[in-house]
Amino acid sequence: MSSIVLDHVSRWYRNVVAVNDVSMTIGPGVTGLLGPNGAGKSTLIALMSGFLAPSSGTVTLDDEPLWRNEQVYRKIGLVPEREALFDYLTGRQFVVANAELHGLPDPGAAAQHAIALVEMDDAQDRVIATYSKGMRQRIKMASSLVHQPAVLLLDEPFNGMDPRQRIHLMDLLRHMGAEGRTVLFSSHILEEVEQVARQIEVVVAGRHAASGDFGAIRRLMTDRPNRFVLRTDDDRTLASVLLADPSVRGARLRGDGGIELEASDFGRFSEVLPRLAREHGVRLLEVTPTDESLESVFAYLVSA
Amino acid sequence: MSAVSPTIVRIGAHSVFGRRRGILLFLLPLVLVGLAVLVRALVGEDLRSTEDTLYGLGLAVVVPLVALLATTGVLAPEIDDGSISYLLAKPISRHTIVASKLLVAWACVLVFGALPMLVAGLVLLLGQPEVGFAFAVGSLAGGLAYCSLFALLSVMTRHAVVIGLLYLLLWEGLLGGLLDGVRWLSVTRWAAAITEQVAGQVTLVDDLGFTYAVVATVVVVVLGGWLTGRRLQAFNLTGDE
Repeated sequence: MSSIVLDHVSRWYRNVVAVNDVSMTIGPGVTGLLGPNGAGKSTLIALMSGFLAPSSGTVTLDDEPLWRNEQVYRKIGLVPEREALFDYLTGRQFVVANAELHGLPDPGAAAQHAIALVEMDDAQDRVIATYSKGMRQRIKMASSLVHQPAVLLLDEPFNGMDPRQRIHLMDLLRHMGAEGRTVLFSSHILEEVEQVARQIEVVVAGRHAASGDFGAIRRLMTDRPNRFVLRTDDDRTLASVLLADPSVRGARLRGDGGIELEASDFGRFSEVLPRLAREHGVRLLEVTPTDESLESVFAYLVSA
Repeated sequence: MSAVSPTIVRIGAHSVFGRRRGILLFLLPLVLVGLAVLVRALVGEDLRSTEDTLYGLGLAVVVPLVALLATTGVLAPEIDDGSISYLLAKPISRHTIVASKLLVAWACVLVFGALPMLVAGLVLLLGQPEVGFAFAVGSLAGGLAYCSLFALLSVMTRHAVVIGLLYLLLWEGLLGGLLDGVRWLSVTRWAAAITEQVAGQVTLVDDLGFTYAVVATVVVVVLGGWLTGRRLQAFNLTGDE
């Protein structure tokens, strides 16, 4: 059982702060690192894998520093986001080379086991240059699993995978988490994270915005004011009945037609809107959420 | 822990010859030997033209270019695209990684630099094989130093090939030809001084001691390799994000 501990870690590049005073502990089981693009997820994974020095604070794996300490790689498997691999090798040659570099007693058998885990047996003798994005992702995965690490760090591992491969990888990560390994993966998609991760760490603009199990994070993200634009055949009537409902915080008639509306309880609002419209004979022509982007959800989390 | 990793050597060899510019490594010695054949046919066996050909084209152009192509081929692309992280995320000393990669580059210098110099030397001056041998030894010494220098360049900048070429053209070529003092800091001239000593009868550079040339070469080989390893210890996966 291994844990990575970040203690008041900041990292800046010249004047730009990429990670700002983050403290978190990544323990056994699957943890999802969730945040929009550019939030600092890759920087955090680089810090946790010994490929970046913190500008301040400390990053340790089982109390050992990660920076300039190559011995930590006995415990760590890393799947970087970048796609570049040794394209001139076959998949099998690549995984065997990784096993040899770890000094494993039987590199061939270890490689075969890892290749089977990611279901790449059929393509293992093809040159990596001919692989699809999903196959590259899986052979990267095999190379990082070959020494059966106690800690597995994956940067956006589901990118480029088709749904079947995605489900397979999710199963694999869950299985590794259940075995007591410390698995951390980053993603910008909440649904992806909550399907696999027991624990979710949310980062936004380099800051640690939220932490908890997926239920808590989901509540944080959905129990927030949601904005919509409605178009109906009777804006005035619907606006007044909706305003009387506790799920609606505010409503405003737009000059060019339509209602701008802010709902405070998304669950209830989605239930009462069609019912009230029907009861008052108002026809709903259009319901458009105006701030549904993940970025706006994250922005809300940070300001909360 | 061993000083070199056979796995990294194997991958390094794949890396050099698995790319298109690996072809250049075969072309450069062909040009050298081809020119030697031409000079021999036109001039006959002549010490002066042998010196001019092997120094002017061999030591000053072919050997540094072979070292540049081999060293950057084995290091620069992996650093550029980040795939070196697969070597670095292993419990292996960074100096072992550098030594393994330099071994591949040195082997290239031997096969595509020093041996063709020997062949060209024999073609040009078969009656005095020691001249060709001396140029081969000088090429090897210069090639090793160039490899360490270009390895360091590869881990310091993403433009190692361009900067390496500019260095060869401006420092070793232009300024080395114009300013006498440059010889003290010129790998090619150290290689020439070593060649002079081994051959015993050729004159390539004035007033540059053999001992100085050997010490300077060894310092560059060792220090360049060591600094490259130091630099790799601090490799940032995220680049200049």
